[in-house]
Amino acid sequence: MFEFLLRMGDNTLVLGHRVSEWCGHAPVLEEDIALANISLDLIGQTRLWLGLAGEVEGQGRDADALAFRRDVWDFRNLLICERPNRDFGHTLMRQFLFDLWHFERLSDLSLSVDDRIAGIAAKCVKEADYHLERSKDLIVRLGDGTVESHSKMQTALTALWPYIGEMFTDDALDAKMADAGIAPLPSSQHVRFHKALNETLAAATLMRPTNDFAQMGGRSGTHTEDLGHMLATMQFLQRAYPDARW
Amino acid sequence: MYAQEVKSTGLVVKPLDEMSDEERAFQVRIDAGEKIEPKDWMPDGYRKNLVRQISQHGHSEVVGQLPEGNWITRAPTLERKAILLAKVQDEAGHGLYLYSAAETLGVSRADLIDDLLSGKAKYSSIFNYPTLNWADMGAVGWLVDGAAIVNQVALQRTSYGPYSRAMVRICKEESFHARQGFDIMMKMTSGTAAQKAMAQDALNRLWWPALMMFGPPDADSVHSAQSMAWKIKIMTNDEGRQKFVDQTMPQIEYLGLEVPDSTAKLNPETGHYDFSDPDWAEFFEVLKGNGPCNVDRLRARNIAHDKGAWFRDGLMAYAEKRKIAAE
Amino acid sequence: MANDWPLWEVFIRGQYGLSHRHVGSLHAPDAEMAMLNARDVYTRRNEGMSIWVVKSADVTASAPSRKGPMFDPSNDKTYRHPTFFDIPDDVESM
Repeated sequence: MFEFLLRMGDNTLVLGHRVSEWCGHAPVLEEDIALANISLDLIGQTRLWLGLAGEVEGQGRDADALAFRRDVWDFRNLLICERPNRDFGHTLMRQFLFDLWHFERLSDLSLSVDDRIAGIAAKCVKEADYHLERSKDLIVRLGDGTVESHSKMQTALTALWPYIGEMFTDDALDAKMADAGIAPLPSSQHVRFHKALNETLAAATLMRPTNDFAQMGGRSGTHTEDLGHMLATMQFLQRAYPDARW
Repeated sequence: MYAQEVKSTGLVVKPLDEMSDEERAFQVRIDAGEKIEPKDWMPDGYRKNLVRQISQHGHSEVVGQLPEGNWITRAPTLERKAILLAKVQDEAGHGLYLYSAAETLGVSRADLIDDLLSGKAKYSSIFNYPTLNWADMGAVGWLVDGAAIVNQVALQRTSYGPYSRAMVRICKEESFHARQGFDIMMKMTSGTAAQKAMAQDALNRLWWPALMMFGPPDADSVHSAQSMAWKIKIMTNDEGRQKFVDQTMPQIEYLGLEVPDSTAKLNPETGHYDFSDPDWAEFFEVLKGNGPCNVDRLRARNIAHDKGAWFRDGLMAYAEKRKIAAE
Repeated sequence: MANDWPLWEVFIRGQYGLSHRHVGSLHAPDAEMAMLNARDVYTRRNEGMSIWVVKSADVTASAPSRKGPMFDPSNDKTYRHPTFFDIPDDVESM
């Protein structure tokens, strides 16, 4: 259960951090503000998931201890969340692919037999619903915008494509969660996800990449090089001044 | 955040009987406390000065995102990260409100932003100083927003309706900014020796730049009389500065920090604090572009704008395609 | 720049059944995006239950120079206000 909660909380922690990196640097003020709202939602969700994780673990660690005092191999997020921002197209495509998965996942989890999980999911799903509306809308518009915006979005889609498979690959922990009625198997979302994805890609005039190789490892703690650098930044104060309270 | 009145109108206030009928009617309305609205007649000088002041104010909000944005990814707890992000987001919102107010005067936001990016337009000198340790997030909220709010509260009474309404909204939203800054300072000054040192270091670096936010001494800005008569400017630079020092000195004491000005103390005769002038030579260097961060700040804004062009154009192209398809 | 996003006026109805009220403006490429941007820019503090967006160019405003003829005539029709009429105290709730 602890590890399952880390998987949820680390996704939002890491992606929320990535999105927050844009603050003050987005292409237009309205978008800067909208991105900050997404990041704020994700940080809020992180506090709920990691807060519950700490409770379940029972070792006295709270959400902050989990966020700021674990090393890379203890993180359980999907690799797609830690992919660097690159250009704004990558950022939006990453957000859309995540939102599409996240919205479905939270919808399912809101029916969990575990009330605490169902409660958190029910709150978060409303936020994810809005995130998806916005990111889907932007993908369609930019895909079908100018030649340049189309090409940027296609490039981003191709680059992020190998990170989709990990979302739907079941492991032993997933099987346990499913048996207990806590969370359905990730693979159960696969068909729904791709159906919705195809609709959006068609509206956006984007080509679905044919390569179906999947990069794996995030959910079991084997990450890309990027996560270490993110944590070095994010955890700096807590690591450099371990006895301080902030 | 707010725009500094550095160079004032340069206009001398005309007595009422030397004014044209229109000018006189305009001044009478302002004196009576009426708000001027976008389509009303207004003197050219009024319009020009407002555009400059409101856009500078807007630029200050937008550039003002950067020094605090510098610490969002290093905020020490999830709550601090959320608070800081929300605050910096507010600055973007305030920039947006102010640009909108300027747009009611017949200028476009794109042109205003071009002036910022080319270095032609100014923004508050405070944002050309770096944020070097976490206590700076406390000191910026507490001192910089604290100084800004002194002016912004007064500017709610400005004569131009859209500017005044933007100020009302901004003041309402900013009320949490200074508090969250002071809250960080309290945590730091009651924390470890290292945290106390960070707090003192932040105060040492930001005290003088905060005083400079009010602009040069009144004696050197003799032309602000016209702005005052038009109620574009509500209090003088020195009045604002005094008010800020009076309200901040007891807070410094409460925190157990030392103000980096050995002359600063309460004058029992006036009931106000005496204090020294900041280094005005440094102030004018910063305005000229020689502050520690001028180049970096403008560079960051230019990169964001240039790299975002395809995004803005792409969305516009899609909207136009759809409009044509619908017709 | 030819590709500037147009300006939109934003109106928000708050929690308590009051009318939509003008809250400010923003830029967006079209009405749908203006709606999303309005949500993100103007309801950060739980201000709204309903949003209208109107292209600024589509707003027709009264001319300040016609302020006299437009609004003064209603100035002397005090009988339209309830306070014009004296109702004796012993006549209850009216």
